[in-house]
Amino acid sequence: MSGHSTYQPQSAFMKWMERRLPIAGLVYSSFIVYPVPRNLNYWWTFGGILAFLLGAQIVTGIILVMHYTPHADMAFNSVEHIMRDVNYGWLLRYLHSNGASMFFVAVYIHMFRGMYYGSYKEPREVLWILGVILYLLMMATGFLGYTLPWGQMSFWGATVITNFFSAIPVVGESVVTWLWGGFAVGNPTLQRFFSLHYLLPFVIVGVVVLHIWALHMVGQNNPTGIEVKSDKDTVAFTPYATIKDAFFMVCFCVVFGWFVFYMPNYLGHADNYIPANPAVTPNHIVPEWYYLPFYAILRAIPNKLLGVIALFASIGILAFLPWLDTSKVRSANYRPLYRQFFWIFVIVCILLGWLGGKPAEGGYVVAARILTFYYFAHFLIILPILGWVEKTKPLPNSISESILKEGLPAGASGPAPTARH
Amino acid sequence: MGWTILTRDLKPVTTTSAEPTRRDFLYIATASVGAVGAAAALVPLIAQMNPDASTIAAGAPVEVDISPITEGQVIKVFWRGKPIFINHRTKKEIEEARNVNLASLPDPQPDDKRVKEGKPQWQVLIGICTHLGCIPLAHSGEYNGYFCPCHGSVYDTSGRIRQGPAPANLPLPPYEFVSDTRIRIG
Repeated sequence: MSGHSTYQPQSAFMKWMERRLPIAGLVYSSFIVYPVPRNLNYWWTFGGILAFLLGAQIVTGIILVMHYTPHADMAFNSVEHIMRDVNYGWLLRYLHSNGASMFFVAVYIHMFRGMYYGSYKEPREVLWILGVILYLLMMATGFLGYTLPWGQMSFWGATVITNFFSAIPVVGESVVTWLWGGFAVGNPTLQRFFSLHYLLPFVIVGVVVLHIWALHMVGQNNPTGIEVKSDKDTVAFTPYATIKDAFFMVCFCVVFGWFVFYMPNYLGHADNYIPANPAVTPNHIVPEWYYLPFYAILRAIPNKLLGVIALFASIGILAFLPWLDTSKVRSANYRPLYRQFFWIFVIVCILLGWLGGKPAEGGYVVAARILTFYYFAHFLIILPILGWVEKTKPLPNSISESILKEGLPAGASGPAPTARH
Repeated sequence: MGWTILTRDLKPVTTTSAEPTRRDFLYIATASVGAVGAAAALVPLIAQMNPDASTIAAGAPVEVDISPITEGQVIKVFWRGKPIFINHRTKKEIEEARNVNLASLPDPQPDDKRVKEGKPQWQVLIGICTHLGCIPLAHSGEYNGYFCPCHGSVYDTSGRIRQGPAPANLPLPPYEFVSDTRIRIG
């Protein structure tokens, strides 16, 4: 949305339309001629992949609702009905449940990409914070959706997560009763979770619009982390970014399809094929894989209230990242120390995820405590200090210079500037 | 007030007057009625999520015949959707619950305060871990009481927290002995 649209309607109808609702002009300036840095790599395709997955989840979700019954006595059987009786019901449900996992795979890559290349730094703070809000909404939506099949993991996951709020002093118990609509997780809980699970994806769509709006205000970051300086540094969104996004989206869908068709239950839990039983807690209760690092942090703290606070803080701290990282240089390509700490942080997150799936005993708890400390230290100690002490590499003068230095033939830049006319 | 200044900007004639104008009155009255109306509208929107009449009615007291429970046996009954453990404790378990240095407990409470007077063998508990709401397993854990498989909280034979992340003892439901062999929970 840089300046006025250069869109020139051709047909009489489009001319008529453009003077009344300039939507074609908006699309043209935002998704056709919109200038993107010419050096974007494949890590930048995950925004598009996430938009596609959001659409796919909404489509499969709306279809599943046509066959699902949100009632404690019928929910489990209606899911089995979808799996056995409904035409292609098994496929639609596996697409939806594995789609949620793929959504988190993509969002984690998208977030780590932002961290590696410093995409949260001035002037992209609001863009980043909107992303953190989207991530929180995704987590809430994923949790609500997981309760709907009303299996053992659904029921006990809902119990454990809603009990987080019982840690609030004084009013905790009343808040939890209010969330449940009863004295325990039951039918009223299931029905409201269903209602909210249907609502939140559309809230996500709304925040995605803000996210893209903020992106188009400040422009995309790029692997060098330096700003676009001239037309030579950019190419037109279409065809360059569109084709690149589409290509990698198809590659991603191959992986998605592999999960759906060959290992559809690999990321789930067998316990969730047992109908919910309020009398028996499964022996080993774990959340979905995408929450495991935070679950490990919760369990690492031996105090209930502090554990819950640490869990929420570990997500909330992301919103402060733009100010905790004091370095003026964005991209880790030019920050030799940060680059190492970034990869250590990635490994710590993966290890925390692994520990979250292990029983909370012995050496696992000790390891979880050390890694939880490191997780917070990364944001609160390492990043602020690194900005002061790190000696960064010299930055290139411009994006195009950085590419030409890497030996790209000058002729390859030919079509780029002309594409903007 | 903020809007008084705004009013003066809009209508410079009144700036000389320190007295509140009729416009001030209209602003304040509109804002007050609007705020009260918005707050009143929030009440049903929030209150509808609390337990409804049928849920509360289904939470009426339940009577349980405890005569078939043999010594050393724990049964589970449901009251308000919550599992209630009725534990017919052995002499050894009672002994263990009473011979404890209270000062060493995270949530100190003597065992005789957790059972009815003269009936130390009957222990009635809400079987929900005070950590995050899982159901502990009876006759397990280091203290031979209850053990929560979710996050490893250990309770003793009195249902008191001894180890792990749970902050408090297993709570007691309101209950009374109707006769020697029947209790009413709720």
